[in-house]
Amino acid sequence: MDELRKLAKELLETSAVNIVIGYEEGTAGKTRAVFVEKPEDTDRLLFDSRCIQNLAAYVTKREVKDKGRMAIAATLPVMRSIIQLASEFQVSDDSLHVLGLTPESRLVEFKSLTDVEKFVHQYQIEIDANYKGKLENLNKLTPSERWKFWIDELTPCFKCYACRAACPMCYCSRCTVDFNQPQWIPVPSHELGNFEWHFMRAVHLTGRCIDCDACYNACPLAIPLNLLTKKMIEDVKANFGGYQPLLKGEHLMSTYKPDDKENFIQ
Amino acid sequence: MSIDKRLIRKDSLEKLFDILKQNNKTIYAPASKNGKISFKEAESYSGISTGYIQTAQSSKEVAFPRTELILDYSKNKDGISVKGIDLNNFPEIILWGVRPCDAMGIGELSSIFDWDNKDEIYNNRLSHVTVFGFSCSKSDEYCFCTSVGGDPGNTEGSDILFTRLGEDGDYLAEILTDKGSAVLSIAPGLFEKAGEIKKEQYLAGVPVRFKREIVRERLDQFFESEQWVEQSLKCLGCGACAYVCPTCACFDIQDEAHGKTGSRVRCWDSCGFSQFTIHTSGHNPRNVQSQRWSQRIMHKFSYMPERLSVYGCTGCGRCSRACPADMNILDQLISIQEAAI
Repeated sequence: MDELRKLAKELLETSAVNIVIGYEEGTAGKTRAVFVEKPEDTDRLLFDSRCIQNLAAYVTKREVKDKGRMAIAATLPVMRSIIQLASEFQVSDDSLHVLGLTPESRLVEFKSLTDVEKFVHQYQIEIDANYKGKLENLNKLTPSERWKFWIDELTPCFKCYACRAACPMCYCSRCTVDFNQPQWIPVPSHELGNFEWHFMRAVHLTGRCIDCDACYNACPLAIPLNLLTKKMIEDVKANFGGYQPLLKGEHLMSTYKPDDKENFIQ
Repeated sequence: MSIDKRLIRKDSLEKLFDILKQNNKTIYAPASKNGKISFKEAESYSGISTGYIQTAQSSKEVAFPRTELILDYSKNKDGISVKGIDLNNFPEIILWGVRPCDAMGIGELSSIFDWDNKDEIYNNRLSHVTVFGFSCSKSDEYCFCTSVGGDPGNTEGSDILFTRLGEDGDYLAEILTDKGSAVLSIAPGLFEKAGEIKKEQYLAGVPVRFKREIVRERLDQFFESEQWVEQSLKCLGCGACAYVCPTCACFDIQDEAHGKTGSRVRCWDSCGFSQFTIHTSGHNPRNVQSQRWSQRIMHKFSYMPERLSVYGCTGCGRCSRACPADMNILDQLISIQEAAI
């Protein structure tokens, strides 16, 4: 923690960056994001196991980007998100300096996003056993039982879009669900509208979701939305051999190959 | 008029629940799903959650549902026919287990729906709702009712306020309105005459953290403050705060078309969303999140008291509990009170 504060202070003092995005003490034993702009404020920074919010959601936020060059205290999920965002041209070495916080709680100052990518690739995206069990149980249900499960879970959703806001990959300035001429997804919160919204989101995240659980953690009603994205991760693994965020590479859902077994597009 | 105070034995609440059900009342009460408590139609007394400090969602949905059908339409060769909703067919609802901050919020919400044109649907729904408030014996660090004119035993907005007399005790029932008296007349045997009971000793202690009048005064000079930027950098721009709030009333009107027929619905909206104020020209007067956050606070603590003579915050603390970015409204209000201008 002292190391992180010291490094952040140096970066701000030497004007290497304008702002450091990290964690600080929050309410009721939680931590929250902090945006440090002055060297003397770096002692607000902390890092421990409570730091689970995916801070990568802020690097595409206009008000934060407007501050200038950013440094970010990045756990493994945050680093993965950053690589995915870089591959989608949302961040670059010019805009972002990564202060990696490894799963072993070591601080690593990365020189470039290429180095971050190398680091990230040491770890596979792996659904934890508890969730694997939940997905297996869902698979065992009949289609009508599964339908009932999702209707029960998704109907309470009041469409506050905290899931979307907390997700680093949901950075569109105008989301499909916000269009009403034409209306793609029903805007109101009702059975069908909620269903379409959450399934559309899961499909948009397929091959991009890095399994950080930010959507679930953000949901004020604790709806298990991450079961959808985890299911997509498992399906991608089964059908395409899994994935890692890549600085330069093909995007699973937007790549067409002539030898794809589906021929509907030909 | 002095308040009619009655005593309900701890085992009699279930009997009251059953009698109300037998009298065709629809009872909405707190129930837990995925560890979060919300108001749902209660089938049995045993399904009602107890011991909660605050429900995750407010009870405003009984009068202001997240999605409200306004009319159905169909196009035919003679033109368009419109069918409005039946205003006389709303159920008689008992809203059970409402905290005093939520009950107080009903008045604040009504001040918006009755501002100029009295909203027919909202008022009709509300006229069928009887509010059973339950005083608070516990609070947490998010609660601040006493800073905004409430308290853990506040009677405002309740038709009957129940206060539990000790952890495993009986209940004091304060019959506050005609709707409350009507409940008493359905089950008179359960409401015993109470002697002199001082409920204060059973209530949670919620310290006063700021004065809303001072915050209001300071906001007059705060519109352009840099503090909004500082406060809102971590705001992610979702609508969780507005949707759990007992007094947030903003809505959007949407048409759901299916070929030649369709429905017009009113659905919740939030000033925190980036497109809330976007104009058809593409211009957005609240172009950055700091302006949206400022609107949220200004509306509740400056515009509402100025125009409607009520504040728009009851100190329930839900917005802070629900916020995925830990935007703590209490901290922010205190910092407005203490800011150097």
